Amino acid sequence: MEELLHIVVCAGIVPDPLQTLEPASGPGGPALKNEMALPAVLDPWAASALYEAANLAAKNPGSKVWLVSLGPKAKLQQVMMTVAQKASFQLVAIDGPIGGFADAHATAAALAETIVTLPGLERERLLLFGGWESATRGAGVTLQLVGERLGIADQFQGVDQIEFRDDGSFEVLERIEGGKHQVSVCAGTPAVLGWATGNLAEPRNNPQVGMANMRGILPALQKARPANLAANGLRYLSLSLPKAQRTTRLVKDSSPKAIAGELLAWLQEE
Amino acid sequence: MESILESILVLTHVDDSGASLAKTSLEAVTAGMDLAMRLAVPLSIGVIGSDSPGAAGAARALVQTGARLLAVSGEAFTQARYSNDAAACEALCRAAQASIVIVPGCARFARVAAGVAFRVGGVIDTHITAIGGTDSVEASRWFYRQRLEAVIGRDTRPWFLLVDPGTHAAYEGPSGETAPPKDEPCLVDVEQIAVELPAQRTTVTGVRSPALSGETIRPDAKLLFVAGAGWTKKQPDGQFHGSEAARLILDFLRASGASLGSSKSLVDQAGENHGAGENQQALPFLTHLNQIGQTGSTPRHRKGLSTCCYGEEPHVVGWRFISERRAISLDPNCGWARGKADVVYVADAFQVIAELNRLLNSGQG
Repeated sequence: MEELLHIVVCAGIVPDPLQTLEPASGPGGPALKNEMALPAVLDPWAASALYEAANLAAKNPGSKVWLVSLGPKAKLQQVMMTVAQKASFQLVAIDGPIGGFADAHATAAALAETIVTLPGLERERLLLFGGWESATRGAGVTLQLVGERLGIADQFQGVDQIEFRDDGSFEVLERIEGGKHQVSVCAGTPAVLGWATGNLAEPRNNPQVGMANMRGILPALQKARPANLAANGLRYLSLSLPKAQRTTRLVKDSSPKAIAGELLAWLQEE
Repeated sequence: MESILESILVLTHVDDSGASLAKTSLEAVTAGMDLAMRLAVPLSIGVIGSDSPGAAGAARALVQTGARLLAVSGEAFTQARYSNDAAACEALCRAAQASIVIVPGCARFARVAAGVAFRVGGVIDTHITAIGGTDSVEASRWFYRQRLEAVIGRDTRPWFLLVDPGTHAAYEGPSGETAPPKDEPCLVDVEQIAVELPAQRTTVTGVRSPALSGETIRPDAKLLFVAGAGWTKKQPDGQFHGSEAARLILDFLRASGASLGSSKSLVDQAGENHGAGENQQALPFLTHLNQIGQTGSTPRHRKGLSTCCYGEEPHVVGWRFISERRAISLDPNCGWARGKADVVYVADAFQVIAELNRLLNSGQG
């Protein structure tokens, strides 16, 4: 049976993982050096959520996907040029700071305020998607907080799979300790799902999807309302790069047997 | 900033036995005791258990902490699920009225802690690796996936601190005692806290090990063995040796008891074809659960051995909490050699691991 789903994906943008990061002091607190100049990508786990959402919507005709993203408008536009070619969605942009140093509670409040005002969103059909952690703050709390603000008491984190059943209920696999999944069955929407990697490969670029998305993206960016994120009492006392640079011993011209012997001795050390 | 009169609550839950606290919970107890002692403030410990005797029994092991002991128990808490666990934690927080709530960073509590903080009007910070400060509370955590380290403070209370597993020693009691047998009468004063449960829409039906990778991930192993994309590339004879790589790696894991991690590129290969690809052969037992680094996990093991990885930054951030690091790589200029590993062996991993397996299987290991 097909379900009419309203899927809202919360996804931020992050510096490309290949970039070198250096801390710096900004006017509003800690920041990254040359933050606005660093190339950005859609947050990887949130990107998994977007691809899963698009896949789910495609399997359930009539369903809709909103992508709610908080970040500087110029950066969002840059990232959306790529993301738009991978999945169908309607962008809802919130103009705010990039980076991991903003308070998660304030971010969650801004996201929740935006979601409740989405035209056409039926809350009883809502699946709130996002990454279970971001690649910036990495706190794993924003989606929970948005869910609480929306009054959703069925929440799942570290999700790798969702499978709908004929009666509208769905089975969810959540990551737990030891490389295992907890299996749960939820009676139906609404629910919050913080995605881990999922099972889908990154979709190939589809120019037709990109063209369709872009018609909505530019107006959405123009309409982006600013978000003033409160600190909620958060103070940064220090911010630094890890200090430990190891002195590496390079072992060349040793036989496999000699190396194996050395490794065995190392493994046996208490 | 005005000085805050602190009080501390540690949230814990029982393990699968139902009568002892989970290891991560005992680690949080240590964190709570250390902080309470340093600030000279009262400590409460809340226990969530599947039945009243079990929760009380688990609490008995905490009697030497001198903490006020609170418990929530019932069949509804046998399994981890958001609605019930959030209600239980909320009830414990309201009963304890603490300004600092220390929570173990296990999957069960990581799922609900932020929601609970919201319900009681508090704030939360997670992945805490250390709690410092003598007059006020300071917490250390990493940003950008273990690439920048910060020390933070908060003026808002209650402040929830979700403590990363493995950052504190598990509480053992003054003489290493654990809970007395479950059938012994409980003489410890444990306050039972009532919980109003919401309507249940979610049923936990079990735990599933991924068929392919489930048994290769061992969080308690001393060694993390990481396989990189080089295992599935063309070898010096111009051929792919994916099957041989799979056999060598699985043999090593069996003989050494190591946990298996992998780079994103190798996991992606496995996801795409689970077998022979056009140009490469994937390792069929890898899934994204094995992935470490920027988009994977950051496990805690004492030692780590990297094989056929290039030591690129997004991958190496997954090694942040590995104390001793060695690597086998054919490239003497690879990232591992630039201050990321203690020892880099410039060698063919196929040959080294085959020899190491021989030594381990011959009883010398």
